[in-house]
Amino acid sequence: MTDKKLSQDQNFFLRILKKQIFIPISALLVLMLFNLIADPTFFRVELGISSLGYPVLKGNLITILDNASELVILSIGMTLVTAASGGQDISVGATIALAGSVVLRILCGTDTLTDHIHAPIIVAFLACVLVAMLFGAFNGVLVAYFKLQPMVATLILFTAGRSIAAWINNNTLPNNTDPRVGYYGNFFPGIAVPSPILIAILFMIVTALVMRFTKLSLFTQAVGINAESSRLNGINPQLIKFMTYVILGFCVAVAGFIKVSRLSTINYSVIAKDIEMDAILAVALGGNALSGGKFSISSSIVGAYVIQFLTITLYRFEVPAAALPAYKAIVVIILVVLSAPVVRKKFAELKKNFTAKEAN
Amino acid sequence: MKIKKTLAILFSLSLGIAAFTGCSTAGSGSGAGSDAQNQPAENSASDGNAGGDNTSSGELIKVGIINNDPNESGYRNANDKDMKAMFTEENGYEAQFAYSLKNEEQIAAAQKYIQDEVDYLLISAAGTSGWDSVLKDAQSQGIKVILFDRTIDADESLYEASIVSDMAKEGETAVNWLASQNLDEYNIVHIQGVVGSSAQIGRTGALDAKAKSEANWNIVTQQTAEWSAETAQQIVQSVIDAGTKFNVIYAENDDMAKGAVAALDKANIKHGVGQDVIVMGFDCNMWALEELLKKNWNYDGQCNPFQASYIDEIIKNLENGKKPANKVVIMEEKGFDAETITQADVDQYGI
Repeated sequence: MTDKKLSQDQNFFLRILKKQIFIPISALLVLMLFNLIADPTFFRVELGISSLGYPVLKGNLITILDNASELVILSIGMTLVTAASGGQDISVGATIALAGSVVLRILCGTDTLTDHIHAPIIVAFLACVLVAMLFGAFNGVLVAYFKLQPMVATLILFTAGRSIAAWINNNTLPNNTDPRVGYYGNFFPGIAVPSPILIAILFMIVTALVMRFTKLSLFTQAVGINAESSRLNGINPQLIKFMTYVILGFCVAVAGFIKVSRLSTINYSVIAKDIEMDAILAVALGGNALSGGKFSISSSIVGAYVIQFLTITLYRFEVPAAALPAYKAIVVIILVVLSAPVVRKKFAELKKNFTAKEAN
Repeated sequence: MKIKKTLAILFSLSLGIAAFTGCSTAGSGSGAGSDAQNQPAENSASDGNAGGDNTSSGELIKVGIINNDPNESGYRNANDKDMKAMFTEENGYEAQFAYSLKNEEQIAAAQKYIQDEVDYLLISAAGTSGWDSVLKDAQSQGIKVILFDRTIDADESLYEASIVSDMAKEGETAVNWLASQNLDEYNIVHIQGVVGSSAQIGRTGALDAKAKSEANWNIVTQQTAEWSAETAQQIVQSVIDAGTKFNVIYAENDDMAKGAVAALDKANIKHGVGQDVIVMGFDCNMWALEELLKKNWNYDGQCNPFQASYIDEIIKNLENGKKPANKVVIMEEKGFDAETITQADVDQYGI
């Protein structure tokens, strides 16, 4: 009886160890523990008053969740693209600049500095979604129908995107001081939780529903594992690949909209700089194979939070500016190696051998 | 099957071409690029016809201008507009423009201008090294070189003049202003630009020196936001979350100051004239000076992008056989205080 229970327990642990989400979650826990030891008040969340006089939540945890929002949204789309096409979209940073530029072009008209919006915000948002999805479709066509390497296909927008973004606004850096523009990147009046967190949660719920009630997840996986056999089974692999890029386009639009709303302005050369690398990193940290196939969106999401947690932790420990990338790189290398599918498999085998020996 | 393949290749080729022409039209639409790409073509066409009737365009001074990409920043944008406004036919110039953030592309453009036999070569170099041989070529052809905005590592004899900002002096002006505020204690959040850029080195150096020499000056946080407003916002937010006390934000450009202020606003920390936290920025963007007018910020240091009039004067003098007295011309740069700034200042100095 006890023997059976023991082996069940072991099975349980084995199963957890094997789970893809295990590594990013344990990384998150280690980071939390690290911060908690250094500063016991790290996780304190307080209710403060914003400069507009509304109650708002404050604290490290809120800051991390808040600033990770765009990356979380992007990592969802990036996971799908990775799974279906076995490659990554490196143009997301540039297309965020594009989407953000569209938002401000519509809200500011041709004024560089204005204190009122020239069109309803929903119009600006829809236009930015349309544009970002069009550029996503452009990438998708190149990858799915012209069979270009994803990284090569998206290199076009990676290089051209920020220039096009500048062109949309006639090379000016528009600035809209209407308070309504800032609601989506800061706080809605009267709501204490930062809006990006709410948007990210909403996004996750919608993604979960789509995955639950459509065959998208299954089809994406099938195409990623073997496009030819999925075609023989009646799936159109090109369409699926194309769709994942369009979906990523939508993610880019939402992320770009939040980014612009945070400061009500844009700087084409630095907005969302290097975010494509962080998004790909989130997918890798989540233990997803970057060559496509099986995937776990929730792991990527946790991966995205780990990255932001790491950034804030490094700020907290006042790592000198010049050494910051080096510290980040060390942690990232450890995590990526640990979560690589090959290493995980090896670990699982070791564990199996160990338990088998013990049983004997 | 074969036909399908060739068709696919044809399609991808045409798409590729479409994509690239797309890029170039985008570039030319970006205002700056337009002249860069169209003008050389026009000029070479007119050169072709020129052969005989050199007299009509002979009075214009031919200048080749090599600059960084105007999209880089508001500063560069203002700089480019200023150059474009000055070097026109009305002012007696025939100008060609080339833009790149890459040194080798700039050097290639310079070689092309030397072949075109321009009279003057104006260069804002992307990188400091690698210019020697091309400048020697220019010198042997009798082309005079004037550097603006950025210096290069080459012998002084290779160029006529160099018109630059003194970043260290910008930093000193700002730090002296801060010292004149006579606070009991200075707890400074210092947000740096890209580490190693001349603006960062100059603006950081002045503050570091002062903080070392004064007992009541503490830099509580020193971190790079790489000129990005979002990163600056995150840094200041984490400083606030940590409960660190500070009363000065010293941001090395306007964007980062704006990001820092966004974080202060979120935490309901009062900033500006007569408030809890002093906000300092650099570059004098139009919107930043308006923040000064509204007394939300305290100080903004100028980084003067208007070099065209200096260059014009030097060229006019050289044409009359007068060499500039000093090879290195340092531009006048101001620092604005929110208590004394006027609307006229905003209109004149805002970029």
